[in-house]
Amino acid sequence: MSTRLAKGGRLIDRSAAMDFTFNGRRLRGFAGDTLAAALLANDQMLVGRSFKYHRPRGIVAAGPEEPNALVNLGSGPRLEPNHRTTTTELFDGLEATSQNHWPSLEYDVGVVNNYVARFLPAGFYYKTFIHPRAFWKHVFEPVIRQSAGLGRVPKDRDADRYEQAYAFCDVLVAGGGVAGLAAALTAAQAGARVIVMEQATHWGGRAPVDGDVIDGKPAEVWVAETLAALRGMANVTLRNRCVVAAIHDHGYVLAEERVADHTPGDGRPRRRLWRIRAGRIISATGAIERPLAFAGNDIPGVMLAGAVRDYVVNWAVSPGDRTVVVTNNDSAYLTAFALLDAGLVVPAVIDARAGGPGDAALAAECARRGLRVEKGRAVVRALGGKRVTGAQIGLAAGEGAALETVACDAIAMSGGWSPVVHLWSHCGGKLTWDAGMAAFVPDPKRPPITHDGSAMVVPAGSAAGAFAAADVVASARAAGGFATGAGSLADACTVGADVLHVTPAWIMPQGAGPDLRAKMWLDYQNDVKVSDVQLAAREGYESVEHTKRYTTLGMATDQGKLSNINGLAVLADALGAEIPQVGTTTFRPPYVPVTLGALAGEARGDIFQPLRKTPMHGWHETHGAYFEPVGLWRRPYCFPRGGESHADAVTREVTNTRAAVGLLDASTLGKIVVKGPDAGRFLDMLYTGVMSTLPVGKCRYGLMCNEQGFLSDDGVVARLSEDTWLCHTTSGGADRIHGWMEDWLQCEWWDWKVYTANLTEQFAQVAVVGPKARQVLERLGGMDVSKDALPFMGWAEGTLAGFPVRVFRISFSGELSYEIAVPAGQGLAFWEACVAAGEPLGLMPYGTEALHVMRAEKGFIMIGDETDGTVIPQDLGLDWAISKKKADFLGKRGQERTHLASPERWKLVGFETLDGSVIPDGAYIVAAGVNANGQGNTQGRVTSTYYSPTLKKGIAMGLLHRGPERMGEVVEFNTVKGGTVKARVVDAVFFDKDGEKQNV
Amino acid sequence: MLILTCPCCGVAAEETELAPGYEAHLKRFGPGSSDAEFESYMFARKNPKGVHFERWRHAYGCGKWFLAARCTATLEVFGTYPAQSAGPPPELVAKIKAKRPDWKGFA
Repeated sequence: MSTRLAKGGRLIDRSAAMDFTFNGRRLRGFAGDTLAAALLANDQMLVGRSFKYHRPRGIVAAGPEEPNALVNLGSGPRLEPNHRTTTTELFDGLEATSQNHWPSLEYDVGVVNNYVARFLPAGFYYKTFIHPRAFWKHVFEPVIRQSAGLGRVPKDRDADRYEQAYAFCDVLVAGGGVAGLAAALTAAQAGARVIVMEQATHWGGRAPVDGDVIDGKPAEVWVAETLAALRGMANVTLRNRCVVAAIHDHGYVLAEERVADHTPGDGRPRRRLWRIRAGRIISATGAIERPLAFAGNDIPGVMLAGAVRDYVVNWAVSPGDRTVVVTNNDSAYLTAFALLDAGLVVPAVIDARAGGPGDAALAAECARRGLRVEKGRAVVRALGGKRVTGAQIGLAAGEGAALETVACDAIAMSGGWSPVVHLWSHCGGKLTWDAGMAAFVPDPKRPPITHDGSAMVVPAGSAAGAFAAADVVASARAAGGFATGAGSLADACTVGADVLHVTPAWIMPQGAGPDLRAKMWLDYQNDVKVSDVQLAAREGYESVEHTKRYTTLGMATDQGKLSNINGLAVLADALGAEIPQVGTTTFRPPYVPVTLGALAGEARGDIFQPLRKTPMHGWHETHGAYFEPVGLWRRPYCFPRGGESHADAVTREVTNTRAAVGLLDASTLGKIVVKGPDAGRFLDMLYTGVMSTLPVGKCRYGLMCNEQGFLSDDGVVARLSEDTWLCHTTSGGADRIHGWMEDWLQCEWWDWKVYTANLTEQFAQVAVVGPKARQVLERLGGMDVSKDALPFMGWAEGTLAGFPVRVFRISFSGELSYEIAVPAGQGLAFWEACVAAGEPLGLMPYGTEALHVMRAEKGFIMIGDETDGTVIPQDLGLDWAISKKKADFLGKRGQERTHLASPERWKLVGFETLDGSVIPDGAYIVAAGVNANGQGNTQGRVTSTYYSPTLKKGIAMGLLHRGPERMGEVVEFNTVKGGTVKARVVDAVFFDKDGEKQNV
Repeated sequence: MLILTCPCCGVAAEETELAPGYEAHLKRFGPGSSDAEFESYMFARKNPKGVHFERWRHAYGCGKWFLAARCTATLEVFGTYPAQSAGPPPELVAKIKAKRPDWKGFA
């Protein structure tokens, strides 16, 4: 059994006990424990079930590479699935539950998959669930989804908050082990601004566990001294509990800090996402130990040798009373010694190498301790179900015959070490195969580069491939030097002495037959075995990237941490190729999962995105407006009164505006001033019509197209003075059109003397609309707004009720209408003055929906309704707004293309349903026959469709094949619920065809 | 997340401040041009693996457009220069040539 040792444990505080629960069971640990350490201390080796076969799984590792021990952490609004117990700090009251089993962890029905495993090989789903087609959606997928997956998605809204922070530095050091600290000190002493980030709570990495000696001092002492030196420097920032997750272009780095994971509910943000710009990044991320592939290597109790050492030394946890150590390199002997030092039993070290330990001193130490070392031997099969009970030992070069069985309750394995090259690789750093170490290491000749072409990431220590303590420090100091402009990348990447003496043993034993290979796990998390990768190779998969996706090797949180090298060694062997030729899969960010809450940060709820509000927004709110989003603006959709429905409110607003007078907040309308000696010439290029001839004091409707000829925006242009025009744009288009103007002025016609200014937010704009509009303005008083003084499509400057105003006589409703611009700061006061002056005349505010209905009754187009980026003005019957005389304007050449000039296009007409109903939004006009895909043919579609309160029936505009030639014809629109609606093709102007109402 | 230095205001701007404008130095073909000319202007875009010239706007800064020479494979930035340029400046071309001897030159 696994248990807490009576003494030791460099990271725990035995005076601070902490209570927690696992699957409801009350357990106790100490401050400084990880959840994994505390679970092991309570003999909870079984922590989960595997993804596919639901096999019992235990803790394998002691760091972020842990594949099995993922749990649901917390509950209710603080539930987070897939929490790695090995990186979760224990706190008092922690609640954890295991995942992926039913009905319980101990008795899981899904384990039946394990007994039919031979029928669930790689690609099983692809091969099996193809036919019959209809079964996928209704039978296969629901069943597979029920049985697959790890944690469950939390159902409650997250109770915690998250934040994001920015940081800038010359040198960012990822990793606070010996290499990271040494590199940071070198860089900081050179004067650089340095940030050091360490994923764990404690500093120093594994050097203190391994008993390294650095600069003549024990690692523990050296780490404490170096930390103290760094803390004393003003140019150094140290952050623990903070994992560098992703390196992006030009030194952009994402790191996630666990701020309050271990103190939930204390008011601090749970996690903080750091967004860092670093000049250079030192990747001091260490190395990850590789498992060995022997049959039964996934049985709980089989652990990485380094992890066993960590649990014993750091947390005084014994994973088992009798631990067999199996290895192909020298490092695992440290585990045997640590176990012996803790008073535990090591029945044997099974060393796959024919000669045993590579280092003579190590062999001598084994002899001194009387440790049994079996050379040239392998674990041919681990025995046990929910816990290891023994190891069968055989010849490493054999086929799996057991020479003896050793009773044990834990197996510590080491297949060598892989430098963590993830951060080096995120932005394209290339790797080279080091045959001596049997690992990929950073290739200093092909680093990831930053904006000036120099190396952006520098590896240091074990991440560069150095394993001897002296070499680790030398590499780190070289990295710190290179990052601050001294020394070379090659020095940082110098591997140094071979202290591991690895002899690869990719599968164990070498000649294992199919039965054994089908029980050798390469990827625990995704249940990928040696036999799966070999099957993929037999089926023709040669690329490691394809094999990864076919077998799911190295997917999910593993991302190549544990499974990568073993998997591609097996693939290379099956293909008869060398490992460097097969290559490695791409290491993509993030290095470890980053919680979605941190990526969202504070951008949720009310502050999900910025809101734009007009000066009158507060008035609208207090008067019950129902708002709709228009880009980032919020505009009143309608102003319901009493218990009125939105539809009823719209009907009242339309009727009142047509009969009396309405008031619209039009402040969101884009207002761009174009000024200069060449402004007229410029606008003639931008608009399809002629703006240079517009007299001062007049307004003209204009269309803008893109170079393809498609309609992009529309609006009324007013000429303010000889060299100044004011261009109104759509509410959503102001910024885009201003950018469009600047693009042409700066990049194409840069010698033209034109200035533009986007004054959209400088002015509030109020539309006073309806037969009594003039009376409202007269009651405000201050300027002549008579038909003669201010005719339709004219504008004038003056004062109304003492407000400085520009009054434009333009109409988007067909009514007598004045649009009045006032400085934004006076917008609310002016609006209230209009309301006060108009109320005796029956004035009511109206919203965007009434505006839409009234413009549709008049057949006026709306950008985004009638247009979708494939519609030209000619499609909408707007030929009158396109100059025939101008030699050039943006879009003219595009519109000359044959399919745009063709009469066969869908063109704008109106529709009236025969039964008076409203055509559904988005409906298509059906045509006879079917297309090549067997879908019904169409001949047009609706673009705007409303109930008209004025005409008391459904009206619509739409595009119909050769529409204007087909007046009076009856066509059919499809509907979502099936069936069709019949409608007659009519003129798109439904109301006041001659425009008499606005021309008064 | 690129960093490009705006030649107008001198700020080393990060990508969130910038708006991309695709290929630089396109020649506009308007009315009177052939279908082939118009097609090349409208649709034919270079997509090299290597040296590329692009338009960027310092949209959330000074608002000015500028041009940048960049390696699409490594994201190395060779230089930025004003949008009011008919072609890349000779000294920039020379610098790119020195760094990328295989580069065929600006065409």
